[in-house]
Amino acid sequence: MAYLDHAATTPMLPEALDAYLATARVAGNASSLHADGRRARRLVEEARERIGAALGARPSEVIFTGGGTESDNLAVKGVFWARRAGPAGRRRVVASSVEHHAVMDGVVWLGEHEGAELTWLPVDRTGRVEVEALRAELSAHGDDVALVTTMWANNEVGTVQPVAELAALAAEHGVPYHTDAVQAVGQVPVDFAGSGAAALTVTGHKLGGPVGVGALLLSRDVAATPLLHGGGQERDVRSGTLDVPGIVAFGVAVEAAVKTQQEHASRLAALRDELVARVQAAVPEAVLNGAPPGAGRLPGNAHFGFPGCEGDALLLLLDAQGIACSTGSACSAGVAQPSHVLLAMGADEAEARSSLRLTLGHTSTSADIDALIAALPGAVGRARRAGKR
Amino acid sequence: MSGGVDSAVAAARAVDAGHDVTGVHLALARNPQTYRTGARGCCTLEDSRDARRAADVIGIPFYVWDMADRFHHDVVEDFVAEYAAGRTPNPCVRCNEKIKFAALLDRALALGFDAVVTGHHARLDEAGRLRRSVDPAKDQSYVLAVLTAQQLAHALFPLGDSTKAQVRAEAARRGLAVADKPDSHDICFIADGDTRGFLRQRLGAAPGDIVDATTGAVLGQHDGAYAYTVGQRRGLRLEHPAPDGARRYVLSITPVNNTVTVGPGDALDMSTVYGDRPVWTRADGTVRGEVQLRAHGEATPATVDVSSGQLRAELDQPVRGVAAGQAIVVYQPDPGGDIVLGSATITRAAA
Ligand SMILES: Cc1ncc(COP(=O)(O)O)c(C=O)c1O
Repeated sequence: MAYLDHAATTPMLPEALDAYLATARVAGNASSLHADGRRARRLVEEARERIGAALGARPSEVIFTGGGTESDNLAVKGVFWARRAGPAGRRRVVASSVEHHAVMDGVVWLGEHEGAELTWLPVDRTGRVEVEALRAELSAHGDDVALVTTMWANNEVGTVQPVAELAALAAEHGVPYHTDAVQAVGQVPVDFAGSGAAALTVTGHKLGGPVGVGALLLSRDVAATPLLHGGGQERDVRSGTLDVPGIVAFGVAVEAAVKTQQEHASRLAALRDELVARVQAAVPEAVLNGAPPGAGRLPGNAHFGFPGCEGDALLLLLDAQGIACSTGSACSAGVAQPSHVLLAMGADEAEARSSLRLTLGHTSTSADIDALIAALPGAVGRARRAGKR
Repeated sequence: MSGGVDSAVAAARAVDAGHDVTGVHLALARNPQTYRTGARGCCTLEDSRDARRAADVIGIPFYVWDMADRFHHDVVEDFVAEYAAGRTPNPCVRCNEKIKFAALLDRALALGFDAVVTGHHARLDEAGRLRRSVDPAKDQSYVLAVLTAQQLAHALFPLGDSTKAQVRAEAARRGLAVADKPDSHDICFIADGDTRGFLRQRLGAAPGDIVDATTGAVLGQHDGAYAYTVGQRRGLRLEHPAPDGARRYVLSITPVNNTVTVGPGDALDMSTVYGDRPVWTRADGTVRGEVQLRAHGEATPATVDVSSGQLRAELDQPVRGVAAGQAIVVYQPDPGGDIVLGSATITRAAA
């Protein structure tokens, strides 16, 4: 068995799991006024401080949510609504064309249902957002832009975006800039204050925390209209009884991931370089998509095109040999659509469908790569025969 | 695995028989919302969820394969074109011929699988011959008879020895939630079951004459000849009754001049049926057997001759209403399940 799909979700860190279980054994609603409630509240606030400290945010800027998807929706819709309601009535949303669906579909929805004007920023062949395109867009429409959103690092091809440059441009025009850093935290250095972003998405289950808990880091001076109304537990921007064990475990995981980020990244990068070299030796026609390995690419990410093969077929054949990976594309009714990320990078449909994402994480070892390399050439041969029909 | 009870039990039986089984659901709709829920072999979100759940319970891997473009081209477009040409196609036959035992089978073989297992009610004997199911009401050998020996060599039909009731009971015993899912006999890609409406939408209104077969008189108008099937009686909306007061039936459809010809019922009685593109399991020549001329139709004794790519069946008794485009399937009666000798596509019939 080889798990090569850490970008989809990665196993919980032992310390996060321990923290989760220990907290889940004791009851307590963090909004209750009694001693149990105060204890729960204290755990939440400690987690908030840990996360703030680890990610360069003030504790008050940490808004707990139900994960990356919710944080992205809150940032995109919440900031749009608040800015549209402002005196300037801004209604333009600028997003990169390689966003995760959690951002992209929210942006599309704003366009279809809320009268937003949309601008999709192009990317180069490696999937990197064109900074000049944002500059041009802001010069042309700066007064009307409600929000700019681009991810920190891409979940499919692992390309790291020029966040600081994009954030600086947005700041020049007084436009809030949101970045989805779900894939970045723990893999590359992420510092909210230093980045210049007004809002940043992070989620637990990609960095060793639990699924279903995440945060939006949101500057105090950026207004967001809530998605969820209710008790107003999180700065009146997000309602819902807080998931204390989840938040505690998330805090432990973020702290650990950030603390070990450098060693973790160099270990993963070495392993990833081994994987890339061995895949290309075993299947010489394999094409590495995305940015070249280095600072511009997530250390745990490898993403290949296998010309003449369908990624779906490869996935099935590798799965049958106990190797878990991903085509990186989204499913509707389980039907794979060609990846919008690869299409935006200039791939044609066949190229987009021929791809496979292999991602490493804290449990990965060379043995996983051995297993992959043992199975891959046979799988590619069969998938190619199937692709010919 | 369509998401229905038959394919779920078929998969479970294949596992029990020692095969290494992978569940595949075919996504056939370009827009999953538009196809009918519960229809056999089609992709609605609910059907694919049901299929996935059944695979989980059985304990096999499960994937959705997107064959929507192939299906659209080979089955849906063919269906529309056949109606436009005045014939009455059977899309399930086409789907078996072009999708399940062609596109799907080819892909499976290339990926290293040996066979396609389906939940069709039909038997394959040791000699590789296709036979009727033990359940005459559910028998689907008619829609499989188009398969060549080559295709059948890579097919498994584990349900042929069971009745539908037994299959449902077994599904319940195995804890498969689809045990009570209703059967569907409708055309899966016509969401509301309104075939005429579907054809009107695809082909547009094409008004033309309804003509009396004997006198040649124009009796009325229609909005599109494709909406009629040979043998049809209802829905003709003719104002003048026949002189003898007898009911009138659709006798033929002529797309070239967009005419629907009607006449008395006995003019529908056909004794000779011609077919082309035969799939035949033996050498050219003449055989005695039984022929079935539509899905779920009665079988009738006949002498069948196949030579140089054409089939001719002389029926012992005339049969009413033979529609071009349907399959004629030839059976050799047998106590172990009637044996399919072959099939062809009906081109015309004569009295
Ligand atoms: C870049 C990115 N954004 C958002 C998400 C969604 O996060 P979550 O699964 O916590 O809702 C994911 C993961 O699926 C992701 O990779």
